[in-house]
Amino acid sequence: MMKTLLKGARLLDPGQNFDAIMDILIVDGKIAEIKPDINISDTEIIDLSGKLATPGLIDMHVHFRDPGYEYKEDIESGSMSAAAGGFTAVACMPNTNPPLDNSSLIEYVKSKASKVGKVKVLPIGCVTKGQKGEEITEMGDMARAGAVAFSDDGKPVASASLMRKAMVYAAMFDRLIIDHCEDPSLFEGGQINEGRVSTLLGLMGIPSACEEIMVARDILLAREMKTPVHIAHISTRGSVELVRWAKREGVKVSCEVTPHHLTLTEEAVMDYDTNAKVNPPLRTKEDLEALLEGLKDGTVDAIATDHAPHHIDEKDLEFDKAAFGLIGLETALGVILTKVVGENGIPLNTVIEKMTVGPAKVLGLDMGTLKVGGPADITVIDLEREWTVDKDKFFSKGRNTPFHGFKLKGKAVMTIVDGKSAYSEM
Amino acid sequence: MLSQKHLLGLENVKKSDIELLLDTAESFKEIMDRDVKKVPTLRGKSIVNLFYEPSTRTRTSFELAGKYLSADTINFTSSASSVRKGESLKDTAKTLEMMGVDAVIIRHSSSGAASYLTRHVSASVINAGDGTHEHPTQALLDMLTVRERKGTLSGLKVAIIGDILHSRVARSNIFGFTKMGSEVYVAGPSTLMLPDIEQTGAKLAETIEEAVKDADVVIALRIQLERQQKALFPTIREYARLFGLNRDKLALARPDALLLHPGPVNRGIELTSEIIDGPQSVINQQVRSGVAVRMSVLYHLIGGSR
Repeated sequence: MMKTLLKGARLLDPGQNFDAIMDILIVDGKIAEIKPDINISDTEIIDLSGKLATPGLIDMHVHFRDPGYEYKEDIESGSMSAAAGGFTAVACMPNTNPPLDNSSLIEYVKSKASKVGKVKVLPIGCVTKGQKGEEITEMGDMARAGAVAFSDDGKPVASASLMRKAMVYAAMFDRLIIDHCEDPSLFEGGQINEGRVSTLLGLMGIPSACEEIMVARDILLAREMKTPVHIAHISTRGSVELVRWAKREGVKVSCEVTPHHLTLTEEAVMDYDTNAKVNPPLRTKEDLEALLEGLKDGTVDAIATDHAPHHIDEKDLEFDKAAFGLIGLETALGVILTKVVGENGIPLNTVIEKMTVGPAKVLGLDMGTLKVGGPADITVIDLEREWTVDKDKFFSKGRNTPFHGFKLKGKAVMTIVDGKSAYSEM
Repeated sequence: MLSQKHLLGLENVKKSDIELLLDTAESFKEIMDRDVKKVPTLRGKSIVNLFYEPSTRTRTSFELAGKYLSADTINFTSSASSVRKGESLKDTAKTLEMMGVDAVIIRHSSSGAASYLTRHVSASVINAGDGTHEHPTQALLDMLTVRERKGTLSGLKVAIIGDILHSRVARSNIFGFTKMGSEVYVAGPSTLMLPDIEQTGAKLAETIEEAVKDADVVIALRIQLERQQKALFPTIREYARLFGLNRDKLALARPDALLLHPGPVNRGIELTSEIIDGPQSVINQQVRSGVAVRMSVLYHLIGGSR
C-alpha cells in the first residue's frame, strides 16, 4: 500500500464549493480521506502549510503535434510541460500529421501518453476525415477508443450543413463538437486583429465578424438540433454577447477563453512580434474587458491555453510568413493568477473553477473535483511565489511565448497525478 | 545629425529629422546638375539593394544616389539570386552581414520585413517599401517636391486619393505630412479604406470631391488592377469614373495646387492624361527629388557624421 499525507494545505475545490485548511490522505493513487488534522504514522508526509491545493488543473485545448510534427512538440515534452504548469489532464487537438481521424490514431496517443506516464492526455478526434471538411469521421469508433470530443481545430468546418450533421452524430455518443469559429472568406490573408494596429503596421486585419458569424451559426444549429456545442477560444466582445444570449435561451453552448486573450491586446504585436501572432488574434482592450466580464458572470465555462508550439524557424520570419500560435501550458496559471486575479480582481475561486470542474463539465468527464475514492489528481500552488518567465527554461519544445520576461506571482509547485508526483519544486 | 540608425518608416521619425533630411536633399540637388556628378562623401562605403519585388524606379534611384556619393552599390534582386533557391531573408541577411556592408536597402512584399532585417544585420537598414506598411523615401521625396514649390509644408491641405488600404505610400505620406503640419485628407472606395484611419492622423473624406476641394496638394495613388478580381471595386471603368481624377475634379483644388503620383501611372484610370501632362503635375519632378532624398538618407545614415 502506497500512502501519502498532504498536510495543512488550503484546499480550494470550486466543484464542491469547498475552501478550507485540510489534510488529504492518498492511498494507492486514490483519495482516501479529506479531513482537518489526519494523524497517522507509516506514511510519507508532505507539509503543504501556506500552500493552496486544488483539484488537478485541466486544459481542454492543447496541441501536442504528435504524430507528425514532433520537432515542434511531442507527447512526452508536452506532458512534461503540462505537469510543470500544474495541469494533470489535457485534451489534445487532432491537427497532427496524419490527423487523428480514426480509432487507431486515438489509441496511439493514449498508449504513448500512458508510456510517458506524466499527465492524463485526452485525445480529441477530427470532425471530418483528414480535416478536409468533406466527410464526417468514424466518431463512434473513436469515442469507444477514448476520444473525448471532436474538432477540426485549425481547419474549421466551413459548411453549416456538415457541422449540423456532425453535431447530431457526435451527440449519439455523448460527445460534443469543439469549433474553432472562423469564416474562411473573412479570414483570407488576415494576420492580426483588424483595427488600429493593423492600420499602423500595414498588416491585413481579421475582423471580429470572422469569428462571430460562426459563433452565431453554431449557436443557431445547436438550438435547432438541441445538441451541445463548444466554442473554442472566444476572443471578441460580440462572441461573449452571443454565448451569453444563447445560454439565457437555454441553448447547450459552452465556451473557453485563453490566458492570452484575457491579458494581452493587439498592442502586443506592435513591433511585429511574431510570438504574439495567434489565431484568433489578440484583440482590443474592449474585447479583453468583455472576456473578463464573461468569466465573472459564468458565460465562459473554461480557461484553456490553446498551447500551440512551433519551431523557431516557423516564427523567426517575416510577419506574414510566420505561423500562428503561442505556447501557454507553463505560463497559464501564473498569468491568470497575476493578471486576471491580481490585477483585475476576478475571484480566485472563479479562475480555479474554470481550470478544473469547468472544463470537466464541458467534456462530460468525471474529473475536476476531489472525492474520496476518486483519483488523487491534485495541483499544489504557491500563491506567493514570484518568478520571471524564461522561455529557455520551458519543458515544452516551443519557445513561442509573448510572456517572456514577464514577472509573475503564483506558480504550481507540485503536480500530483494518480497520487504520484508528476512535477515538483517542493 | 540624425537621431536614428535605420529608416524603417516615418511613423516614428521626429519632425526635426525629417527637416534635416529634406534640407540636405535640397543641397544635394546641385550635385545632380553638375557635369561630373560625383562627390566623395561615401567613398569606401558599400550599399546593397536587396529587392524582393520588381522595381525599376526605386532601385535605380537608390543606386544612382549611392553612386553620386561615391559609394559602392550592388544589386541583389530576388529573380536572380539565392532567394530563388529558397534562402530565407534571415540567412540572406547573415550573408550580407559577413560581407560587411554598411547599408541594406530592402524592398519586400511582407509588411515589417525591414524591421525584421534590423534584428539580423548590424548595417543600417533603409526601407524601400515593405508590403502594405511604409515607403518612407517616397514620402520624403513627395514632401521635398511640395516644399520646394510651396516654401513650407505647414498649413497645407493634402488630399490622398485611391487605394489607401494597400498603399505603403499613403501611410508614409500621412505620417510625414501630418508631422510637418499639413492637414491630410484621404478618399477612395470604401472597400479600399483603412480601418481606424484617424489613428494615423489623417482625416477621412466622404467623397473625392470633399478631399480635393481647396487642397494645396493632391496625391493620386496607383491602383493595382488585380484588386478588381478580389471584388474590391466592380470594374476599372467605374473606378476611373468615380475615383479617378480629371481636369474637372482637380479644378476643385486651389488654382496653384500640385498633382503628385508615385508612378508608374495607369493613364486614364487614376489620372487622365490631360492632368498628368498638365501644368499642375509635378510627377516628373518627383523622380528628381527621389534621387536627392535618397542621397540625403544615405549620407545621414552611413555618412561621415555618424
